[in-house]
Amino acid sequence: MICDNCKERDAVVNLTRIVDNAVTQLHLCEKCAAEKGVETTVAVAQHPLGDILQAVQQQASTTSEDAAACSFCGATARDFRATGRLGCPHCYDAMEKSLRELLRRLHGSSRHVGQRYDAPVTHVATPKPDSIHDLRDRLQRAVDTEQFELAAELRDRIKVIE
Amino acid sequence: MTPPRPALDLSLLPDGGVRWLDASGPNSDIVISTRMRLARNVSGYAFTGRARDGERLRMLAQVRDALGAVPSLSGSLLVRLEELATVDRQLLHERHLVSKELAGLDPQHPIRSGAAVFLGESVGLLVNEEDHLRLQSLRSGFAVPQAFESVHRLDQELGSQVPFAFHREFGFLTACPTNAGTGLRASVLIHLPGLVLTKEIGKVLSGLQQMGLTYRGLYGEGSEVVGNFFQLSNQTTLGRSEEELQDLLVRVVRHVIEREEEARRVLVRDAGYIIEDKLWRAYGTLRYARSLTFDEAMNYLSGVRLAVGLKLITGLSVYTLNKLLIFAQSAHLAHLEQRTLTESETNLARAKYVRQVLVSEGGGVE
Repeated sequence: MICDNCKERDAVVNLTRIVDNAVTQLHLCEKCAAEKGVETTVAVAQHPLGDILQAVQQQASTTSEDAAACSFCGATARDFRATGRLGCPHCYDAMEKSLRELLRRLHGSSRHVGQRYDAPVTHVATPKPDSIHDLRDRLQRAVDTEQFELAAELRDRIKVIE
Repeated sequence: MTPPRPALDLSLLPDGGVRWLDASGPNSDIVISTRMRLARNVSGYAFTGRARDGERLRMLAQVRDALGAVPSLSGSLLVRLEELATVDRQLLHERHLVSKELAGLDPQHPIRSGAAVFLGESVGLLVNEEDHLRLQSLRSGFAVPQAFESVHRLDQELGSQVPFAFHREFGFLTACPTNAGTGLRASVLIHLPGLVLTKEIGKVLSGLQQMGLTYRGLYGEGSEVVGNFFQLSNQTTLGRSEEELQDLLVRVVRHVIEREEEARRVLVRDAGYIIEDKLWRAYGTLRYARSLTFDEAMNYLSGVRLAVGLKLITGLSVYTLNKLLIFAQSAHLAHLEQRTLTESETNLARAKYVRQVLVSEGGGVE
């Protein structure tokens, strides 16, 4: 397809615009897209941890933790670097080593000295461990993030319950 | 055509949601409010950002079921944000009752299923924000112990019903590691026009950063500083106890208040008539302008607030000024006018509202 603007180069950007409920499609080449202020390269994620995360990224990329996914939510160290957010409480154990270093840099300490807490052991409000709903959500997430080994394990557990 | 009635009736809130504005707290001429926030997550679920719709809804249902045994939130109002129109969500945000992210007003975080807030008297519980739960307490003036006591009670009551995610070494576990440990963000909203006018503010702000505090604008993270209103809060949450974090905030803010008072004395001593003229002009603009942008209104309000603090303008209460700070924002004006307003209509409505308040509760003119 030829660029709608210059009518010369190949269109590589398909721009959908909605103005007053009317949808228009515009096919642009990279140069014309850039001139219209359309970003064609993937933006680098911006998050408040900034430089510190980058430093840890360099360090973490050499460790085995980088490739390992959290067995509960499937998040990886790469996901964390992209968003600045961890996936679930279990990620703290899955990425313990690099997180300890990050926490030390962020807070000047990696050891909690405040209030201690014991979760209620038996109570009506305590969630049923591994309910079928939770397992299905985790399975779907594992499939979405291509964690196939985890997905197979979760699928087997669901089969047992069913 | 009759304008649609707003879906959100804030008169249902236990204290109207604005008791923190009433200027009854300590040092309320300089410190507008104190806020304590605890970040908590519930064991057994992925954090909000990674959770699927069903998980977020189940988590909300679990918390709602547990609230029957949480006296701090008895009689609280549950607001499901995803069911509200944007203007109503913005209204709650303008009242400092929900964060921009939970209200779905941050373009990076569209509204999520299960986004909700429970509003009690001076305490609130935000559900499915960046963390599953954000417990908060908001008090008038410089009231650190009182605000902490409220949020601590809520934490104890809720934590005995719902299992929070807690780690032996890292404390309370949060989606962002910047909140781990205590999960406590203790902050004050403070008005520092004296330090800005005497150009001392830069030194004070860099000094407090060295002490482990940080500053933001009127609406927290990512917001601009307008009208000389600053939000000061602890920068770190791990490695210090809740008591140490409170002590730090109290110590530093007390020092900042003293510096502000000193700056005001210097202004009156060295530039009395220039300052007096500037502040009366601010009052005159608010009293007679026909169109006011938000930033203009905040800057002139800052001047009038300083004039009241210096006793140049009498008969105008700090409560009235605090109300203007919140009620002259765009969603509030849209509610007042019962219709959607364009930007220029908002500016006209803002000027009209400010004039009316100043006339009815107005300050003395010499």
